[in-house]
Amino acid sequence: MPQRFSFLSLARGALDGHRSWPEQWRSPDRPDADYDVVIVGGGGHGLATAYYLAAEFGVRRVAVVEKGWIGGGNTGRNTTIVRSNYLYPESAALYDHALKRWEHLSTALNYNVMFSPRGVLMLAHSVHDEQVFRRHICANRLAGIDNEWLTPAQAKAFCPPLTLAPDVRYPVTGAALQRRGGTARHDAVAWGFARAASARGVDIVQNCEVTGIDRDAGGAVTGVQTSKGPVRAPRIGVVAAGHTSVVMAMAGLRMPLESYPLQALVSEPVKPVFPCVAMSNAVHAYVSQSDKGELVIGAGTDQYISYSQAGSLQILTQTLEAICELFPTFRRLRMLRAWGGIVDVTPDRSPIIGGTPVPGLFVNCGWGTGGFKATPGSGHVFAATLARGEPHRLAEPFSLDRFSTGRLIDEAAASAVAH
Amino acid sequence: MLLIPCPHCGDRPEIEFRNCGEAGIVRPTAADDAAWTAFLYLRSNPRGLHAERWRHVHGCGRFFTLHRHTVSDRFESAP
Repeated sequence: MPQRFSFLSLARGALDGHRSWPEQWRSPDRPDADYDVVIVGGGGHGLATAYYLAAEFGVRRVAVVEKGWIGGGNTGRNTTIVRSNYLYPESAALYDHALKRWEHLSTALNYNVMFSPRGVLMLAHSVHDEQVFRRHICANRLAGIDNEWLTPAQAKAFCPPLTLAPDVRYPVTGAALQRRGGTARHDAVAWGFARAASARGVDIVQNCEVTGIDRDAGGAVTGVQTSKGPVRAPRIGVVAAGHTSVVMAMAGLRMPLESYPLQALVSEPVKPVFPCVAMSNAVHAYVSQSDKGELVIGAGTDQYISYSQAGSLQILTQTLEAICELFPTFRRLRMLRAWGGIVDVTPDRSPIIGGTPVPGLFVNCGWGTGGFKATPGSGHVFAATLARGEPHRLAEPFSLDRFSTGRLIDEAAASAVAH
Repeated sequence: MLLIPCPHCGDRPEIEFRNCGEAGIVRPTAADDAAWTAFLYLRSNPRGLHAERWRHVHGCGRFFTLHRHTVSDRFESAP
């Protein structure tokens, strides 16, 4: 059990310049021979799943196998936005399940994930946007989720760098605001879940790539082959984000997924200037300011599937043009870094959580461009599903077989793609 | 940005093209749920060589199939 973080322990750490902190989670070189559950993928969702399996569902013999280092994929590459104002009741319930956990996550994990509910402002640029957002607001309020309409003047008061000039390409005609939404520190989420899971006996094995899925004569999974040897387990949870299709192909499954590069970039750091998260679905741009002072800007996906973790310049250019026009103050800012992550997108832009046609093989994927916000909720419902062998109530509508039954949860048309 | 070898116009920048997804997905003739699920939704999404349809929307307008490696993003000849 690692030492609990407290004011006293931090003060003691400060005395020697924070040089005596021990490792906060165990990182065994090799996995054991067998476990009750093996999680494939050590991102936020996988680590959260392992944590809740151990902490809430009493499954102690759990391993997380990660081909790189934990939180090195999309968990470390997103724009850290947290919100729950989705249109359909199934999605709103799932994402709000996560948002309610975000509000207490630092206490629950004893690790500061720096959740900052500073408000998420979604800008409307046309009559169509306005109608869609007002519908969202009504649907959210019926579902018990906060969301409110702001006039352009109210939006400007909430987010002063915003321009209300009428002659720009994307004039602001109003905005929807979810005050409970905001940002969190993405690395801290991976590290906090890893530390708390490790303290409860979960083995986190890094640099351990899954190379095959073992099955018995009846087709049920019996374990996985990894680059560090075979591991037996009656239940496998695949939480591999952009690489889910690759892992599931090892069990002979074709998935309703396509993996696209999604890009983000940060500016040079500046003094606090941007008090909220602002996003524009119409132009595929979202922006917030990190605690270091950098503007964190999210762009759109490329049009073709790719695993290259790098996107095209014209996608960034389009986003930056929109940002410069909406927030003219930022025109002279220089950009520091741009990067890409590989996002697994489903046909209806909603995730897939639950069992598969292969007995013992479970999957949590398809979070597309907006998985970070769901991390604690996704881990919780997937852990419940893995522990009980049947879907958690909130996960049930997100089953893989919805693509055969036709019960799609079509957030793509509703949310105009941007997550 | 990709430089796309259109078989009719030669190498042209990607912004002239629309990607039309995986090639070789055949519309089923029978009214079968599994076949229609596969046709509408299931994709190979490979980490490797991918056969895909492109359309030169802002050029000759034609559809064609190319093979691209999804890690290097380089177009390669058909396997």
